[in-house]
Amino acid sequence: MNQVPDQNGRFGKFGGRYVPETLMNALLELEEAYQHYSKDPDFIAEVRYLLNKYSGRPTSLYHAQRLSEHLGGAQIYLKREDLNHTGAHKINNTIGQGVLAKRMGKTKIIAETGAGQHGVASATVAALLGMECKVFMGEEDTKRQELNVFRMKLLGAEVVPVTSGTRTLKDACNETLRYWVSHVDDTYYILGSVTGPHPYPMMVRDFQRIIGDESREQILKDAGRLPDYVVAAVGGGSNAIGMFYPFIGDDGVKLLGVEAAGRGVHTEEHAATMTKGRHGVFQGSLSYVLQDEHGQVQPAHSISAGLDYPGIGPEHAYLKDSGRADYVPITDAEALEGLQLLSRTEGIIPALESAHAIAQVMKLAPTLSRDQIIVVSLSGRGDKDVQAIMGYLGGEGNHGH
Amino acid sequence: MAINAIDAAFQRLREEGRTALIPFLTIGDPDLDTSVDIIKTLEEAGADMVELGVPYSDPLADGPVIQRASERALSNGRVTLADVVHVAENARQAGVKLPFILFSYYNPILQYGLDRFFELVTAKGISGLIIPDLPIEEDVELRAMAEAVDIHLIPLVAPTSNDRVKRIASKARGFVYCVSSLGVTGVRSDFHAGIDEFLSTVRGATSTPIAVGFGISSREQVERFGKQADGVIVGSAIVRKIEEVVQLLQAAETKRQGLDQIRAFVQELRG
Repeated sequence: MNQVPDQNGRFGKFGGRYVPETLMNALLELEEAYQHYSKDPDFIAEVRYLLNKYSGRPTSLYHAQRLSEHLGGAQIYLKREDLNHTGAHKINNTIGQGVLAKRMGKTKIIAETGAGQHGVASATVAALLGMECKVFMGEEDTKRQELNVFRMKLLGAEVVPVTSGTRTLKDACNETLRYWVSHVDDTYYILGSVTGPHPYPMMVRDFQRIIGDESREQILKDAGRLPDYVVAAVGGGSNAIGMFYPFIGDDGVKLLGVEAAGRGVHTEEHAATMTKGRHGVFQGSLSYVLQDEHGQVQPAHSISAGLDYPGIGPEHAYLKDSGRADYVPITDAEALEGLQLLSRTEGIIPALESAHAIAQVMKLAPTLSRDQIIVVSLSGRGDKDVQAIMGYLGGEGNHGH
Repeated sequence: MAINAIDAAFQRLREEGRTALIPFLTIGDPDLDTSVDIIKTLEEAGADMVELGVPYSDPLADGPVIQRASERALSNGRVTLADVVHVAENARQAGVKLPFILFSYYNPILQYGLDRFFELVTAKGISGLIIPDLPIEEDVELRAMAEAVDIHLIPLVAPTSNDRVKRIASKARGFVYCVSSLGVTGVRSDFHAGIDEFLSTVRGATSTPIAVGFGISSREQVERFGKQADGVIVGSAIVRKIEEVVQLLQAAETKRQGLDQIRAFVQELRG
């Protein structure tokens, strides 16, 4: 099952390259460069060096004993992607693509961002590599995530507010692709998730698989065996695919993706693409899409700006339809519970995205025995969300516990 | 089987020594009945065929003008693929003879179902299809189905298509849509630096007619590209004109006035 995608960028029936002809040459050029450099020892060494020395990899796999004890079931291990430079797994990918951009002779970087985490990680790498950077961000999101907007500016990037469509992540993606079409000569597009046209879903997965590669090695060393479950939050799906990918061949390891149910999957305000979406073509690939019966893409909703996206990477669609991975929804309210529980039991404030994975672990762990193991991707830290959380919780912190 | 109306039109134009003027409009902007009126107006003003745009929530290849038209059509009336085909039928009933080219992003077609879609469009006066996000790598199934019912799948080629030009042009039916510049649709004053060379490359690669689009908005530009191509597509400039007169179009007593302004603009393009 590891031989995906094929040469056309297909994960089973999913993926592909559904883009205007004006973009095809850029994608083919990118694919060729990636195929070349991903086998080049110098390139691999440079990326590895920056991941280790600059971002602080490997991140630890931490046995959350108090959380495990509290939930009274399986042993829970947290893959601490929150300890990366810039506070989330996003940097794994931006380092990889940034170095690739440089090798391809590009001088400018563009990126889309929702919550701002990928924008910050892109701006960071652009500063590190001495490249110009433009980040496209939905106007709504620039208001929701003011602090990250300032962070990007501090790093020398230009933030372009996107006013088309829903003014959120989906339209920021559209606008970045549109901009790229007319600036392909000197500009590299660092796409932030395992979405979009081939080769992005494959390339971003390859840059993110380090999460799962390290986790697998660490759990074998620490626990002496593979986990029973691997759990990760899914928006576009980059931290989840990075976590899942090295475990796909391990039949005994169940893969569980956690998507954002917003105010509930029975409402119209959610981002539960797998639970409520259908197969469709969106932003360059065939996957699951939140859409109406006529194929118009529907706006998503989540408390977490990073999961607030009506699409999902094609490899996840492939894992779902082949039965290898399961995807479950977690509501805004449940995610807030998860966030507070982890903060209180372990002294770790997770990002709202990662809090969805924790909330699922709250449901799952008590159903398992004490000798079973869950590895969960703690994809980012919650600093960026503290202000928003204060709004939601009315400044009371750990109410209700 | 009768000759495809697009082929017939190019044949006639060639005999007359003229270039095809191919306007685009987003159907349902501002409403479906007005779209029928606009199509009639375009024909009266000298258009040779017309692109009927299906509004879409995520029009990747389009600039702000056509994006806004899509938003208007979707928010005014949640216009669907079937609605657009219905407008084509109504325009025929109202006497319009122009060949119709359906322009849609792929997802609305995919959700309708390819089999059902071809049932829907066959024998409704739709002679061609443009699907801007369906490059040749992805169009095999749909192309075969279109050919079976003699609807032309019109491909796009770009100045960056390079060695793809031959492959694309060799499969083209109806005409080859040559993208004048790198970017999205929308009015612009400068075209791709290598445009002339690009057009002669496409010309050399196929005997199918070629048409130029993206950013063409004035009589001078229509004339310029008319010398190098068999057709000129005007999209955003028409849609922008419709946007300008949208309030006139929406009131019964001023509708005629709005249509007259569109007519005058197309006549000016036509020359």
